[in-house]
Amino acid sequence: MAVDSGAAGPQRLEGTGGELIQLLTPEGERVEHPDYPLDISTEEIKALFRDLVLVRRIDTEAIALQRQGELGIWASLLGQEAAQVGSGRALGPKDMAFPTYREHGVAWCRGLDPAKLLELFRGVSHGGWDPNEHNFHLYTIVIGSQTLHATGYAMGIQRDGAVGEDGEAVIVYFGDGATSQGDVNESFIWASVFNAPVVFFCQNNQWAISEPLERQSRIPLYQRARGFGFPGLRVDGNDVLACLAVTRKAMQAAREGQGPTLIEAFTYRMGAHTTTDDPTRYRLAAELESWKLKDPLERVRAYLVRTGAADADFFAAVDAEAGELGTRVRKSCLTMPDPQPLTIFENVYSEPNAQVAYERDRFAAYLDSFDSEEVGA
Amino acid sequence: MTTLTLSRAMNEGLRRALENDPKVLVMGEDVGKLGGVFRVTDGLQKDFGEGRVIDTPLAESGIVGTAIGLALRGYRPICEIQFDGFVFPAFNQIVCQLAKMRLRSLGHVSLPIVIRIPCGGGIGAVEHHSESPEALFAHIGGLRVVACSEPADAYSMIQQSVSCEDPVILFEPKRRYWDKGEVDTAADPQAWLSLNAARTVHQGSDVTLLAYGPMIRTCVEAAVAAAKDGRSIEVIDLRSLAPLDIETIRASVQRTGRCVVAHEAPVTGGLGAEIAARITEECFYHLEAPVLRVGGFSTPYPPSKLEDHYLPDLDRVLDAVDRTFAF
Repeated sequence: MAVDSGAAGPQRLEGTGGELIQLLTPEGERVEHPDYPLDISTEEIKALFRDLVLVRRIDTEAIALQRQGELGIWASLLGQEAAQVGSGRALGPKDMAFPTYREHGVAWCRGLDPAKLLELFRGVSHGGWDPNEHNFHLYTIVIGSQTLHATGYAMGIQRDGAVGEDGEAVIVYFGDGATSQGDVNESFIWASVFNAPVVFFCQNNQWAISEPLERQSRIPLYQRARGFGFPGLRVDGNDVLACLAVTRKAMQAAREGQGPTLIEAFTYRMGAHTTTDDPTRYRLAAELESWKLKDPLERVRAYLVRTGAADADFFAAVDAEAGELGTRVRKSCLTMPDPQPLTIFENVYSEPNAQVAYERDRFAAYLDSFDSEEVGA
Repeated sequence: MTTLTLSRAMNEGLRRALENDPKVLVMGEDVGKLGGVFRVTDGLQKDFGEGRVIDTPLAESGIVGTAIGLALRGYRPICEIQFDGFVFPAFNQIVCQLAKMRLRSLGHVSLPIVIRIPCGGGIGAVEHHSESPEALFAHIGGLRVVACSEPADAYSMIQQSVSCEDPVILFEPKRRYWDKGEVDTAADPQAWLSLNAARTVHQGSDVTLLAYGPMIRTCVEAAVAAAKDGRSIEVIDLRSLAPLDIETIRASVQRTGRCVVAHEAPVTGGLGAEIAARITEECFYHLEAPVLRVGGFSTPYPPSKLEDHYLPDLDRVLDAVDRTFAF
């Protein structure tokens, strides 16, 4: 591997044919695609099914915790499990992932403890995990900002000489609404002109809170890539096998120095934007019903049943594991200690800071004044 | 000792930073072959290569956003924002991401990024090329904001900023880029004045004049002129705008009993307001007069034919000094 200073590579615009790449139909039928052959064992498909069930269980539990007042808010991934698990399982241990605030399924694939995710939504921390522990960056809430971080990180991979055989790459997640942000468009430009090893994974869930895709784009989102000079493709985002296959290929291309790819995972946000949202105000119930027929879990279940790859015991075992996971997530939430007041002043700077110290000392004295009054009483 | 312009001293400081640590990068618009519009990065790309001195696409948010990603990968980027008025497209990345990542990660992540911003007026430029947005950054927890006023500080402060594990916004006085000064490039960095510290640049006993960046030369000239009239002005170069070196400020004001803060930025919500409030708290019983401010007006920066009226000059500074003696 040689140090890559980021000169633009040859144009690579295949894969822009416009079809929806699919390897598993909503009815659970396995189909082949000439550009995306997927050599996958039954056991691997069963493992993906388990992932899908477990991340949905985390989501269900978190929504319940929010409804019970234990979380301030939760951003549900319901309906997007296949996009997240398929892409998440396509990553190698050295690859880096940059999420939004909804990538609970990717977090699961990277090995982050689901309880850690709850800290942010409970108001205990703003995230707080070490991005380098699981090569999973912190949740980013401002829409689209992380696409530039991912691209810069990919430029770092180039400078480390880590592009080529056995190379590393970056995947960055964002939504359909984010494609209107300047930062996302700037990241496309940077990635393109520097040929950065980054895969842009757009989960087009059709809705940016209340705004439909038509308010973000006149053309299919994957077609945007062509204008920036790299390939874009649209995959069935509810098809975990297709998401796995296209992400694997795009990541491998990036690792080998072939530059960025835009993947538009065509999916649907089956729940609300967050627990504070009310989608009945802006979308039709019939739309949701039609997408339920394309549920990302049910098609894998149908495939496993149809092919006889899994029996009732398998499904019961996965359900039992999901139940245990839900219980564990709930317990970790309820037993999570509140942060101490003076931690407000921690981790602002790497070294002592005069202004922060001044305010912390005054606030500590103020807090102590209550203690001494109590002692005095 | 070498005599260098401020621009050249900054260039030498950047060169030293690039030499000392292979993780240091320079990135910005026109920083490569051109050497930057002020030639601060002149020759660096030739000597350190396109991989380390990067001509970026023309998008400031992209410069800072990708610098954050590079820092996450272990690099130490130095971003050049071409002019003060062009920093605002990057404001979101600076305020929402750069400043907050350490806390967001509970200390797991450091972002040792320097953002260099040529600032201030006085060069006859068109709109957006003469602004002083430092207070907007000093307001943001998680950022350090510093300003250099002369070549020796330019040389050392850029290197200290690069060494800092936290994000630093470094304001460079663009109308002083061609001012010359003595720079000791052989000095031991351990002997440099701390990046946190203010420095007394003109001793005095009657009134404390606080300033930074391009206003330092103006204020020292004012002090020299006032001395001829028998008035002794102490001029302190704040250098660090966030955090402020309150000890140095307090010690001077408690001795003189009077204080004027001068900056090019509008006085409304400016650094002077923060300093005046803090001095009132810390030095109330020593003050003979209210802390006065002299600065830009609370208007957009005017067309350049009017900038001599907008920028505080020697006479306006001395007028404010005179007014503190009227109480």
